Amino acid sequence: MSSFRICPDSGFYFNNSAERLMKVNAVAGVVALLIAGLLALGVVLTRWQDVHLLPADTFYMVLTAHGINALIFWIIFFEMAVLHFASTTLLRCKLATPGWAWAGFFLMLIGAVMNNVAVFQGNSSVMMTSYVPMQAAPHFYLGLILFAVGALVQIFVFFGTLVSAQQQKTYEGSIPLVTFGAVTAAVIAVFTIASGAIILVPTFLWSIGYINHIDAEMYRVIWWALGHSSQQINVSAHVAIWYLIAGVVFGARPMSEKVSRFAYLLYILFLQLASAHHILVDPGISTEWKIFNTSYAMYLAVLASMIHGLTVPGSIEVAQRAKGLNKGLFEWLRKAPWGNPVFSGMFISLVTFGFIGGITGVVMGTEQINLIIHNTIYVPAHFHATVVTGTTLAFMSLTYLLIPVLFRRQMILPGLAKIQPYLFGGGMTILVLFMLGAGTLGVSRRHWDMDFTGAMLGFEYPAMAYTLMAVGAIGGVIGILGGGAYLLITVGSLLFGKKLEASAGFLECFTGKSLAASVYNVDKPEVVPMAAKLAHHDTSKFEAPGTFVLALLLLVTFVVYYFINWKYLASVWPLGN
Amino acid sequence: MTSFLPPADRIWWKVPVGRQELIWIAIALVWCLIMFAMMPIWHVYGKQNLSTEAYQTTAAKYGDKVQAMIDKYTVREEGGVPVVRPPAGSDVYMLARLWQWWPILELEKDASYRFHLSSMDWQHGFSLQPLNINLQVVPGYEMVIKITPDSAGQFGVICNEYCGIGHHTMVGRIYVEDK
Repeated sequence: MSSFRICPDSGFYFNNSAERLMKVNAVAGVVALLIAGLLALGVVLTRWQDVHLLPADTFYMVLTAHGINALIFWIIFFEMAVLHFASTTLLRCKLATPGWAWAGFFLMLIGAVMNNVAVFQGNSSVMMTSYVPMQAAPHFYLGLILFAVGALVQIFVFFGTLVSAQQQKTYEGSIPLVTFGAVTAAVIAVFTIASGAIILVPTFLWSIGYINHIDAEMYRVIWWALGHSSQQINVSAHVAIWYLIAGVVFGARPMSEKVSRFAYLLYILFLQLASAHHILVDPGISTEWKIFNTSYAMYLAVLASMIHGLTVPGSIEVAQRAKGLNKGLFEWLRKAPWGNPVFSGMFISLVTFGFIGGITGVVMGTEQINLIIHNTIYVPAHFHATVVTGTTLAFMSLTYLLIPVLFRRQMILPGLAKIQPYLFGGGMTILVLFMLGAGTLGVSRRHWDMDFTGAMLGFEYPAMAYTLMAVGAIGGVIGILGGGAYLLITVGSLLFGKKLEASAGFLECFTGKSLAASVYNVDKPEVVPMAAKLAHHDTSKFEAPGTFVLALLLLVTFVVYYFINWKYLASVWPLGN
Repeated sequence: MTSFLPPADRIWWKVPVGRQELIWIAIALVWCLIMFAMMPIWHVYGKQNLSTEAYQTTAAKYGDKVQAMIDKYTVREEGGVPVVRPPAGSDVYMLARLWQWWPILELEKDASYRFHLSSMDWQHGFSLQPLNINLQVVPGYEMVIKITPDSAGQFGVICNEYCGIGHHTMVGRIYVEDK
């Protein structure tokens, strides 16, 4: 029986069983995003002190659920879809052991539901980090463990699929760069999930009374090997998506396969040291450990991101110039398809991730500078620039690409889709920038009341802190509207979009059913060919001068901002051994 | 269209890298090394470096030490919290518990103190405002930092590690007086 179809619009092949898993994983992710987005509204409207919407207990419950649904469930479900796409579709092969993949998916689903139930029952408002000795209900931890095990199972199916594709020679030469990026994400995910198991399994046993003590500092060190390294899965995955979109929209080729893959290798080797970023002002950690780990061993993972920061837009510039958009430094960028949400979302993701997320991350991860930033609202500002305007927006752009290709539906509301990345990216950027400002004024993260109502001894923040939080919240509301627009467009398209192919019927997208059997008429796809060779490649030429200027702009911003923070640090009380 | 196709050259790792990328990698690497060097340099020339001195402790043991200081050096009370003025240069203690910083310290400007910090129950965040010095306070660990307050006035200590429903009421105080 034929199990492949070829998408007539894009030329991508889809394997029947892999396609279903891509769909259910993506849909589960989008549901988690919907929950996270609704909860986000509660968070921003409470932290906007003039509105102060929720009571304290509800606020902390909502914040816990927001963090877990957004950072864990939305992103990891979606990444599973990306892994299946990067293996079966890009390598034109069958999914290895689909039964195991489904088992993994259902474990994740059960885990996600169980954890949400625990949080909304109200006695597990422990934040995503669930720092011991504060204790959540046992099914809070069990849900996370099941989710992680399920993810691990799907990741091993991904590895198995790669092996079978290689054995069956479904492609020539080496795997494509995008698949290489997905492999990077998967390798980091294995490390991450192993760390999670090492700490969450004993914590679960502690919550049911089998273990009587978990050392709070040990918990922090190991938990963050899950908590931060899992964000590096996102980095690897969204960089792979940037490359994919550059390839699909512009026909861009990597400037150098060697450089891009080397940069990914640096991620595998060094990104997981980032656990240290959260331990910099903890008691009893040696200076050498902190400096080595917090800098990813001499900032080698930062180097990798700076490389991708040049090669992704650089590849777009080269492709655009080849089409004759050669005028000046920036014609290639000016005449890019800014009305296409696949591109605009990807490019906003790239810029905000680099200029805001990346720079603030390195600054706050500097051993000493962390003293003036740790646990202020600067921290969530940083990771909203990486995970929201970076990863989430990249995933959104990919969805716009996949709705017609994977789900075979025409997108509804194209006018709204056109502005969605600007609405979401713009709103969230406002939120992030103003929260960064509030953080430098000392506003705390995870804090219900800037007025400290009911405190025996008072403290007053400067008026400016209130203003910054209010403007940030307005940006947050705009961003949430942008997120709502995304959900409206994607869910609406799946339900009501014009069918581009004979399809199994109403709601089939949500149950993972594939299209009508007649669509699957390819028995064995053609072997994936190697990319066409370039006729002549002059390595001494500056192929992408515009990108180089942008990269230098990034560097200057980086250097200036970095030293401003050292100057600010120098103004606080001397302290030391 | 090669980002999602196998590389054009089978032996792609032997294809020479363009000059532009090499220059950028060199610049980025230099910047990375500068940032890496800044941390040890600050340990030598900078004045704000977190102490690595810490001891394992228990709530009972640490509580006794704090109480001993309070018994000896309390000068007055504010809102039910003792205000303690230990001699310049001595060991001073503060404890975090649900939901209090205990006691209030009164320090002398430009004098150095060995400042001890620990938690009696859950994790807390010591956040000295408006200076914005932030430290993690972990139960079972006693951190000791040499501090030299070089500005006078009233400082707030707010908790910036989430510690339950009363988290926002957890505010303490440090006074620094000009001699």
